[in-house]
Amino acid sequence: MNTVIFRTAAPALAALMLVFSVFVLLRGHNEPGGGFIGGLMGASALAIYGIATGVRETRKAIRVHPITFAGLGVVLAAVSGFISLPFEVPFLTGLWWIFDVDGSEIALSTPLIFDIGVYAVVVGAVGAMALALEGDEGED
Amino acid sequence: MASQPLDFPTAMIEAPTAAADWVMVWPVALALFGAGLLVMLRGQGRLQFGLAMLVIAAIFASNLYLVLRIFEAGPLAMTMGKWLPPFGITFAADMTSAVFALAASAAAMAVAVYAQSELTEREERFGFYPMLLLLLCGVSGSFLTGDIFNLYVWFEVMLISSFGLLILGGRKVQLDGAVKYGFLNLLATTMFLVSIAYLYGLTGTLNLADLIEKSGNIETGPLLAVSLMFLFAFAVKAAAFPANAWLPASYHTPAVAVSAIFGGLLTKVGAYAAIRVLTMAIPASIVHLQPVIVAVAIATLILGPLGALAQTHLRRAVGFLVIGGIGAIFAGFALGTVHGLGGAVFYAVHSMLAITVFYLLAGLIERMTGATDTLSMGGLYGASTPLSILFLIMVFLISGLPPFLGLWPKILLVEGGIRAGNWWLAGALLVNSFLTLIVMSRLWAHIFWRNGPEGERSEQPNPELRRLDRREAGFGLGATAVLMALIVGLGLFPNWLFEASGIAAHDLLSPDRYVDAVFGGERT
Repeated sequence: MNTVIFRTAAPALAALMLVFSVFVLLRGHNEPGGGFIGGLMGASALAIYGIATGVRETRKAIRVHPITFAGLGVVLAAVSGFISLPFEVPFLTGLWWIFDVDGSEIALSTPLIFDIGVYAVVVGAVGAMALALEGDEGED
Repeated sequence: MASQPLDFPTAMIEAPTAAADWVMVWPVALALFGAGLLVMLRGQGRLQFGLAMLVIAAIFASNLYLVLRIFEAGPLAMTMGKWLPPFGITFAADMTSAVFALAASAAAMAVAVYAQSELTEREERFGFYPMLLLLLCGVSGSFLTGDIFNLYVWFEVMLISSFGLLILGGRKVQLDGAVKYGFLNLLATTMFLVSIAYLYGLTGTLNLADLIEKSGNIETGPLLAVSLMFLFAFAVKAAAFPANAWLPASYHTPAVAVSAIFGGLLTKVGAYAAIRVLTMAIPASIVHLQPVIVAVAIATLILGPLGALAQTHLRRAVGFLVIGGIGAIFAGFALGTVHGLGGAVFYAVHSMLAITVFYLLAGLIERMTGATDTLSMGGLYGASTPLSILFLIMVFLISGLPPFLGLWPKILLVEGGIRAGNWWLAGALLVNSFLTLIVMSRLWAHIFWRNGPEGERSEQPNPELRRLDRREAGFGLGATAVLMALIVGLGLFPNWLFEASGIAAHDLLSPDRYVDAVFGGERT
């Protein structure tokens, strides 16, 4: 993939996709979207960036190994369950905190933490696979 | 249309949940949390080991507390997310679940320590400890869940992490083993999933406690078909004859620690699921299935040790002995009486611990002799006293001779067979013990008593023998000896296990207390 057009457009496209993936993640509770679909978009952004600039450059840009993201996601999902412990409700019960900021409602909840965990798992795992497939033999 | 005030039934659990009830969530949640954390800490070798040990120790403590609580207050349940059962996913533990989970965490702890003696840096970096925790998460989840679809999910968790562990190291023979293991296990889990779908179509529920009530109203014909499919799926998972070929073809290929945890835990999950689903949740068809299960049990009991007798590869021989043990559990399952099921639960606990320790021992033997085939082993009797003692105990333990742990469940099972008038089964159990004893004596003679390798120079000292280095002696032999000491201790004081398996069998046969725990005693 060595066309100038693609190499120029890819970073902007990847950035746009990453932002949109977070948007899809956050609107997921009441509208179409959510952690899984957002995560897939995020992973595709990594893949496109990897095709355009090379795997090594992508790994440098995200600083940590994608699998680390996946680990973080599992930890977040587990933590979202643990939060119910002091509230005397069963494991993984959805707890909501709704704030009123400037007339608009901001709803924070444990399902949101869980969903962010799912997002991180999908970005991490699918991203790691994509980068491994794009990489050369023996390159980690 | 006149508007009427709608009378919504309650959908949420309103009573507060005590923190102590979380005891059944910890084994799964902590393992998941730990696995995620360790994935993030890739490449931190020492830290990985320390954290993994910490998590497994916490899981063990939680399981111990669970067993004590069930002794005191009977089965325990928690439905996730505050939704009322059967709509929420229930975790429910009776004595069967609790002792299985406890034995699994004990075996996992020994394996985690042993792994320190053999893992290369590369294997550790590619995630041995996270995958071990994930495997433990899947196994504990299977034992503790009270929902049949959730059981399938834990099977998948277990399967995925076991693929990872199986190919860790990436040697050609491992990939070969993984393909055989993977194909048959995927087939079994798919069959499991299909049967769940049929069962849901018949009863409209997936909650095990709810199934107990609803499956009573279903015609026997369809239920029998579904039960047969379940039996096939679980028999493949448990490696019962005739679906046992994958086990000896794959379990000897990975690292010894991985063989140990697989042999100790995975097949027992299949046997557990068979007992849980077929005996407890849909008991109506078990009467018709009984002849099939008896035949499977007898064939597995006899063919397991016979296969081991034909093997000269040490870890493959152990693999066949795992299958023999599954035969004993299936014998109890086939009897379906208090003695039978109690014996099956007791035997499964024994088998989880004993097989784990057996694989660990086999690993140490392979280290010292530098061979995997018993034909090229020999002379260990003079070379290592601790190993000789441990293996001699193993000979008695696995063939069910007194005074070790293997004897007690065999007594229960044989007594159950005699009481039920099922002489074939009782006879097969005794023949199994006898054949196993022959296998073990043969291994003992080849590996320990004979001076050198098979052939002309068998009377001369084995030149290949080497001593265990410090890591191997400390972590490897240490972990093996401690687990063996635990087994010996349990064998000398088996009272609480007798009591536990009695309670387990009663609750499996008349699961009123289980149903009450899940539904909070509100239904009649």
